[in-house]
Amino acid sequence: MTMTNVHTNIAADAHPVEMLLNMGPQHPSTHGVFRLVLWIDGEKIVRAEPHIGYLHRGSEKLCEGEQYHQVITLFDRLDYVANFNNEWAYCRAVEKLMGLTVPERAEYARVILGELNRVASHLLYVGTMGLDAGAMTPTMFCFRGRERIQALFEAVSGARMMHNYFRIGGLKEDLPENFVQMVKDLMPLLRQDVEESDKILTFNEIFLARLKDVGAISPQEAISYGFTGPCLRGCGVDYDVRKAHPYSVYDRFTFEVPLGLDGDCWDRHWVRVQEMYQSLNIVEQALQQMPQGPVTSSLGRRLLRPPKGEVYVRGENPRGELGVYLISDGTDKPYRVKVRPPSFCNLSAIQHLLQNAWIADSVIILGSLDIVLGEVDR
Amino acid sequence: MSCRLAADNVLYGNPLFRWVYDLAGSALPCWLAYIIAGLVVMFIVVNGVLAGTAVLTWAERKLLGRFQNRVGPNRWGPFGLLQPMADLVKLLTKENLTPKGADRLVFNLVPILMMMPTLLVVAVVPFAMNTAVADLSIGVLYILAVSSLTILAIFMAGWSSNNRFALFGAARGVAVLVSYEVPVVLSLLGVVMVAGSMSLSGVVEAQAVPFLLVQPIALFVFAAGTSAELNRTPFDVAEGESEIVAGYHIEYSGIKFAIIQASEFGGTITASAVIVTLFLAGWQGPLASYLGWLWFLLKLGLVLFLFVWVRATYPRLRTDQIMAFSWKFLLSISLINLLATSLEIYWLRGAERALTTGDLWIMALMNLAIAAACLLVAGRLSQAKVRRVRPPLPVAASGTAAREAR
Repeated sequence: MTMTNVHTNIAADAHPVEMLLNMGPQHPSTHGVFRLVLWIDGEKIVRAEPHIGYLHRGSEKLCEGEQYHQVITLFDRLDYVANFNNEWAYCRAVEKLMGLTVPERAEYARVILGELNRVASHLLYVGTMGLDAGAMTPTMFCFRGRERIQALFEAVSGARMMHNYFRIGGLKEDLPENFVQMVKDLMPLLRQDVEESDKILTFNEIFLARLKDVGAISPQEAISYGFTGPCLRGCGVDYDVRKAHPYSVYDRFTFEVPLGLDGDCWDRHWVRVQEMYQSLNIVEQALQQMPQGPVTSSLGRRLLRPPKGEVYVRGENPRGELGVYLISDGTDKPYRVKVRPPSFCNLSAIQHLLQNAWIADSVIILGSLDIVLGEVDR
Repeated sequence: MSCRLAADNVLYGNPLFRWVYDLAGSALPCWLAYIIAGLVVMFIVVNGVLAGTAVLTWAERKLLGRFQNRVGPNRWGPFGLLQPMADLVKLLTKENLTPKGADRLVFNLVPILMMMPTLLVVAVVPFAMNTAVADLSIGVLYILAVSSLTILAIFMAGWSSNNRFALFGAARGVAVLVSYEVPVVLSLLGVVMVAGSMSLSGVVEAQAVPFLLVQPIALFVFAAGTSAELNRTPFDVAEGESEIVAGYHIEYSGIKFAIIQASEFGGTITASAVIVTLFLAGWQGPLASYLGWLWFLLKLGLVLFLFVWVRATYPRLRTDQIMAFSWKFLLSISLINLLATSLEIYWLRGAERALTTGDLWIMALMNLAIAAACLLVAGRLSQAKVRRVRPPLPVAASGTAAREAR
C-alpha cells in the first residue's frame, strides 16, 4: 500500500497499540512554534518526528538584498535571546573579509555585552527548564536577572532586544559615560540572581531525578550530530570556540570551560549554570582592562564594498557555535550569507534522544537542547 | 405539633440542625422539617467551603507572588482581595464550550462530580467542639471512601473530552490515585489504632499529645498521599502543564472550568482540615470550648501555607517516579509505622486497655526516632542513585593577576 499523503501515511504506519500525539505547534513547552509528532506506547515514546519551519522568514535570502550594515538587524532576529552574539559573528565575518582591525575599546565592549548576553540567555534557559520540570519560582528569579541585563542593554543601545548596536569595524557609538559603573553595580545583583536560581534548582532532589540520566548522548554521537556549545560540553568534550579558536580579546581572560560527565540533560543544565559564573568572571576582567579610545575604525561608518572573496567565521554563542559563511562579489550587498545555526544542529538529535523516553521527558529533553526557533527556522 | 429527633440519629449531635428542626417542626410536618433543617445546614457548609475556596485562591496567588519576588493580585479591592470575584465574573462571561465529539452528558456531569467529594468530606470534620455536620462513628473510613470519588470525575473528564492530552491526564490521575490510596489507608490505620476511635471528634479528643508527634510517619504519608490525590506539586502529573498542558480539564472553559478549579482548591482546604483534625489536635487549644474555631482556623492556615510553600519550591516528578515513590517508599514506611504502632500499643496499654498521656509521649519519642531512621535510610538509598556531586570549578583568577603572569 503506497500513499504519498503524509497524514494518511501516519495512520497507515501506526501500530495498533501506538497512539499518535501531536505536540505543537501551539504548545507551551515547545519553546516557540515547533511541532513534535509522537508515537506513543503507554507513557513511552516509540518514535518522534520533529517538524520545523513555522518561523521561516528566509533570513539568509533577505541578507542578499540588504547592504552590509543593514544585514546586522537581520542577524539580531536569528537567535532573538542572544542578539549581541549574533551581531558580533556577522560583523567579524565582514571585518575578516575586509581585513579591518577593531579598536580595543570596541573589542572589550563587545566582550562585555556578549558575555552579559550569554548570562541573559542562560538565565532564560534555566527559567524555562524550571518551568518544563514544573517549578515556577526559579523562572521569576531568572527573569529578574535577565530584566536587569536588558535594562543595561537598553541604556547602551536603546533597545532591550534587537539592539542593532555593533557595527562593522566597531560599535554604533561609544558606550554611555557611566557604563563601567553601571556594570559594576549590576555584577553583585546578577551574581545573586544566578546563585539563587542555581540553589533552588540545580541540586534539588526532584530536579535531579527528572534530569539525571535523561536524554543522554555519547560524545561520539554528539559530535556526529554536530552538537556544539553547552550541549557538546555536557558530554565532556572540551570544545569552546573562545578557547579552541580564540577571537576578539578572549585570549586575555582567564576562565574555565565547564564540562559534564554523562551528556544527559542535567549535565547540559549544569554546564550552562557554571558558564554563567564564568561569563560574569570574564565581564569583571574585561571591565578592569577596558581602555579608553575610539570605538569605530575609520572604515566602519562608510558604505562598505568588501573585496571579492569568501570567508567563514565562527563564534561561541550561548547555544553553541554560530558560523557565518559570507561570499562577496565586490558590490555593496553580500552575494550569499549562510548561517550555521547551533540550535538547528543540536535539534537534529531530537529524534534520537526521544527514542524510548517518557512523554514527560520530551519537554525536558527539548528544553535541555535550548533551541531558539528563530535560529532553527531562520 | 412538635417533632422529636431520635437520639441515635446521625445528625443528633449537630446543635444547629436540632435547633432548626425543632423550630420548623413546630409548624410543619416532621419530614419537611427534617429536609428544611438539612438544607439550612447544607447551605451554610457549601457556602462556607466556597467562600474559603475564594479566599484560598487569593491567598495562594498572593503567597506565590511573595515567594517569587512578585506582588500578586493587587488591582481589585484592598490587597487584591476581590480578585476571586473578578475571576469568577470573567469565567462566568466566557463561552461555555463543549468540544465536538465529546460525550456531552458525561462531559457536563464532571464539574458537579468533582465538587461533590470536596463538600461531602467537610460534613464530618469538626471545626470546633461539637460542630461537625454529622459526627459519624466511622468518620475516617467515610473520608477515605468519599475522597476517592474524585478519581471518577477525573476519569470521566479525560474520557469524555475526546482529547488525547485529557486522556493522558486522566490515565495518570487514575494511576496516581490508585497507588496512593494504599499507603494513605495504612497510615490512617495507625492513627485510628492510637485514638481507639474512627470518629473524627473521637480522634481529636484522644490527642492529648498531637498525633503530629505520635504518628509522624503517618502524617508524612498522609500529606504526601493527599497532595498526590489533589494533583498538587510535586505530584501534579495529571495536569502537568508543561507536557500535557492541563491534563484532564484541558477542554473545560467558562463556569465549568471555574467549578473544577474551585473543587481543586476546595479539596486542598478539606484535605488540610482533615490533616488538622487527625494530626494537629483539631480544635484543641487553650479555652477550646469557646475558641476552638480559632485554633482550628489557625492550624488550617498553617497547613495550607505549607501546601503553597511546597508548590512554590518543587518541580514535578515523572509518573513512574511518583509510582515508585508510593510503592517503594511510602508503602514500606507506612507498614513500618503500622507494625511499630501496634507493638507499642500492645506493650504500653494498661489493664484498662487505654493509653495515658504518658504512654503517648513515650510513643511519640519512639516514633520520631523511627521516622528519622526511615528518612535517613531512604534518603541514603535514593540519593545514591541520582546524585554525583562534582567539586565546583575554582573561581578564575582576576584579570590583572592573569595579565601579570603572562
